[in-house]
Amino acid sequence: MIRIPPAALFGLFFTGLYFLMAIFAPWIAPYSMTEVVGGVWEPWSSKHWIGTDNIGRDLLSRMIYGGRTTIFIATMATIISFTTGSILGFTAAVIGGWIDQLLSRFVDLIMSIPTLIFALVVLSVMPVTLPILILVMGLLDSTRVYRLARAVAVDINVMDFVEAAKLRGEGRIWVIFREILPNALSPLVAEMGLRFIFAVLFVSTLSFLGLGVQPPNADWGGIVKENKDGIVYGIPAALVPAVAIATLAISVNLVADWVLNRTTSLKGGRG
Amino acid sequence: MPLFLKLLVQRIALGLLLLLLVSMLIFWGTNILPGDVAQSILGQSATPEALANIRAELGLNEPALSRYFDWLGGLVQGDLGTALTSGKDIASSLGSRLKNTLFLAFWAAVIAVPLAIFLGLLAVRYRERWPDKLISAVTLASISVPEFLIGYILMYFVGVKLGWAPTVSMIHDGLSLGQKLNAIALPVAVLTMVVLAHMMRMTRAAILNVMQSAYIETAELKGLTMFTIIWRHALPNSIAPIVNVVMINLAYLVVGVVVVEVVFTYPGMGQYLVDHVSKRDVPVVQACGLIFAAVYIVLNMVADIVSILANPRLRHPK
Amino acid sequence: MSDKLLTVRDLKIGARVYPPGEKPHDIEIVHGVSFELEKGKVLGLIGESGAGKSTIGLATMAYGRGGVEITGGEVWVNGREILGTRLRDLRKLRGTEVTYVSQSAAASFNPAKKIMEQVIEASVHAGKFSKKVAEARAVELFAKLGLPDPETIGNRYPHQVSGGQLQRCMTALALCPEPDLVVFDEPTTALDVTTQIDVLMAIKDAIRDTGVAALYITHDLAVVAQVSDEIMVLRMGDMIEHGTTDQIINAPVEEYTRDLVSVRSRVHDGKPPTENPVMTIEHITARYKGTNFDVLHDVSMELHAGQTLAVVGESGSGKSTTARVMTGLLPARDGQICFDGRTLSPDLAGRARDDLREIQMIYQMADVAMNPRQTVGTIIGRPLEFYFGMRGAEKRKRIEELLNDIELGPEFKDRYPAELSGGQKQRVCIARALAANPKIIICDEVTSALDPLVAEDILKLLHELQERENVAYLFITHDIATVRAIADTIAVMYQGRVVRYGTKAEVLSPPFDDYTDLLLASVPEMRLGWLEEVVEHRSMESAGN
Repeated sequence: MIRIPPAALFGLFFTGLYFLMAIFAPWIAPYSMTEVVGGVWEPWSSKHWIGTDNIGRDLLSRMIYGGRTTIFIATMATIISFTTGSILGFTAAVIGGWIDQLLSRFVDLIMSIPTLIFALVVLSVMPVTLPILILVMGLLDSTRVYRLARAVAVDINVMDFVEAAKLRGEGRIWVIFREILPNALSPLVAEMGLRFIFAVLFVSTLSFLGLGVQPPNADWGGIVKENKDGIVYGIPAALVPAVAIATLAISVNLVADWVLNRTTSLKGGRG
Repeated sequence: MPLFLKLLVQRIALGLLLLLLVSMLIFWGTNILPGDVAQSILGQSATPEALANIRAELGLNEPALSRYFDWLGGLVQGDLGTALTSGKDIASSLGSRLKNTLFLAFWAAVIAVPLAIFLGLLAVRYRERWPDKLISAVTLASISVPEFLIGYILMYFVGVKLGWAPTVSMIHDGLSLGQKLNAIALPVAVLTMVVLAHMMRMTRAAILNVMQSAYIETAELKGLTMFTIIWRHALPNSIAPIVNVVMINLAYLVVGVVVVEVVFTYPGMGQYLVDHVSKRDVPVVQACGLIFAAVYIVLNMVADIVSILANPRLRHPK
Repeated sequence: MSDKLLTVRDLKIGARVYPPGEKPHDIEIVHGVSFELEKGKVLGLIGESGAGKSTIGLATMAYGRGGVEITGGEVWVNGREILGTRLRDLRKLRGTEVTYVSQSAAASFNPAKKIMEQVIEASVHAGKFSKKVAEARAVELFAKLGLPDPETIGNRYPHQVSGGQLQRCMTALALCPEPDLVVFDEPTTALDVTTQIDVLMAIKDAIRDTGVAALYITHDLAVVAQVSDEIMVLRMGDMIEHGTTDQIINAPVEEYTRDLVSVRSRVHDGKPPTENPVMTIEHITARYKGTNFDVLHDVSMELHAGQTLAVVGESGSGKSTTARVMTGLLPARDGQICFDGRTLSPDLAGRARDDLREIQMIYQMADVAMNPRQTVGTIIGRPLEFYFGMRGAEKRKRIEELLNDIELGPEFKDRYPAELSGGQKQRVCIARALAANPKIIICDEVTSALDPLVAEDILKLLHELQERENVAYLFITHDIATVRAIADTIAVMYQGRVVRYGTKAEVLSPPFDDYTDLLLASVPEMRLGWLEEVVEHRSMESAGN
């Protein structure tokens, strides 16, 4: 029986909650996303739990739909960065030689430009649509996954048990999937959590800068952008997404930490 | 040539090569990507004549390679081209903005670097006790909120509710240093918070790594005091990793500046870049992107150079 | 407290452990050990890993490494009880009254400081000697310890001297402040056997000349017999036996001590080579990819069915590289490998699956030789499946047979490597090799990471399996005692060449070549006075030259 520490339990609960809210948004949200249902920046009330936004839409509903967009984009980007990064990373580590050199140097080059700057440069010439946004985010982030996957796989690849498998005559597929992958899984899963958080923060930042999700659709970053002018009048509507982003990020972080610790202690075994 | 000199030369050459490749990548990224630049500037409804005009203006009819070399040649001479939207010379508009950005980043670094190293040391000193746990909890919280939101949180509570600092950071040459510092108080605070967390975490890890070495145990078994152990044995071996941490985080700071400038409408390069990305003003984006990337590359290069210089095995070969 | 320099009474030491899936908790690792030490005497602490010997050694400086904590008892040094004292007072003791020599000098020297600075640091810091006096003393010690250029070696950085030299510098570091007690913690374990003897002699002379008392901690009884006046045998944190060196070596009382004393005396009568070798390698020359020098030069040897070829040499001699060439992991540049009368492809990729099956390998580190995510059943079962296509009940039955062969029960099938002891892990690796029904098994230092008694059992098992399965072993080792215990034929390697080759009787009898002579003479023997004899023998030889 696995004992789950309270911190991880907290993380699992909130992560689960956010994903459920994202999936069932149309059933949970009290109002539609775009309908103007009240005055501008109404305070919290029983009708509008967390008030209304800059043009009188229900903020809670917008937050729920916005969370759906944010989580969807971040999840898709993470899936892309993971599949691309880990497949290429493993391949580079196991095959080695010039393929490894070529891929690794290319990744070095991409990573020598800050991600945000790179994204801004690319988005200045590409139409900002959801698929392009996801693709740009996923591919840029896959460089980080590639580095980790390659480093982990290189470490495992020189272990005697992998050599034993090669000596036995096992093929590359067996070596990657049966010998290396099971041992690389825990750092990769933990990294997946961190990449997901990064994607959430990144897409929020892009939307805030006006280069992410385009109106009337909105994600959490976009909601900040819409309501930021209220700040100087003492209206905190723009800070609501901060709470959402922070709790989601912290929850996923706690789960990732737990996954990493649990599996490393299992691997350590008896000293 | 001694080995470490050779490594230094190699590292600097690599940095220059990287700069060249990055310039190609940025040029290529803005010119050869699918989607016609002219089209994306003018939108789907543009007339063919307007498209042709803008293509000619951008020099899009010439081969990409010769355009690249023209651009690069201009860069080397300090000519960054002209902005499409305003028709102004980019280099002259950038000059004061770059100065402002560096001003902001400088003050953030001046506060964040010593503070991070101090707190990192504190976390090591009280490892696994409450100061360490508090520091790591705050760290976790602050890396879980995007920079721009930290900005608005501070703006709301410190700027609006408490009224301690201006919520908009307008500066110009006429202001005294004190006035300028007052104006940038909030953005500096945000940037400090953003890099502090990372820098502290990494400093803590770097020092812990050194403190767990066998030679620290040897020093303890020599009966040396804690201060002597840290000063004579831990510090000489920690300089390289700490400088590394600082450089990586300064590079990070440069990126954080972009967002923070937008939040506080600060007249720096970041805001200039973001503005022109929305306007699809490609020459400005190229110039700003390259400058940001160059700062980032140079800082990373400095980190590596310090590591090479601080390695006793390389400094004193067999 | 009369002339007792050190008195340890009922010492109890605890440590915090972090077992997977459980809460961290404290366990006791030393259960009430007592002993005394007079001025100028040497006490040997001996035991296998986990015996608590290093922990006890550090406790004489009131120091606990990592999560280790002294939980009970008394330690008196020079008439003062030190366990209760404040850190400030302990600092006066550490580094001047009691000093420490660790196993790895390479890690224990600060890489950023010159050797001299570190050697004199404790004396100067404590105000015992002025910098000048301490330096003069260090130079004197460097000379006494047989270091080259004693006047200038202190100006070098740690990475600029060899491992054996650095270990002697560490001894100088410990002796420089004229301590009353030095704790030597496995000071020669990491060294090659021919280097070990020099360091050992240097330490012994230095102890005699300075009149310092010492705790000498090691797992090698033959080594400790050379330097100590008394020996204390420890096991799992308990004292087993304590007596004079003469008594422990020549008349041990406890059964465990008797086992330790007789551990390396196992002898195996070598068999003569058969008519047809199962494998021959001829004139092999090899180098690693990306380098421009050969690591093997013209290496030839033969393997015979049911017999063991021991390849012996020190680190860097090319013995493991020879194994890599045989398996095809490192294709030879020149020469050929014949198996069963046919020539094998030099490259792993060019060999048929059945050829791969015939040559199996067992590694030094059993815990990294097994995939931590596979059960013992999967590990042993894979070759059965891969080479013989066994499935289901047939495979299960064979796995159980193999487990039986390695003296483990069928219940081990479902365990993971992390749940096994060191010896059990190595047994599973043997079973995995046997599962392929090979003609040849390459054993690369398979016993060197194990405690001596466990290693002995593994050797016995390997020997029994050879008798039954008629398999040929290529046994790579640096340990002559292991060679005596298992070899039929011996190849002595030095700097990538075979310097001596023949049956065991031929190789181990005179006349010797210089290197074999040095190697054989350097292996510690389990008797008193051996070290002096060797040194005398050497000085006579050099006088004769």
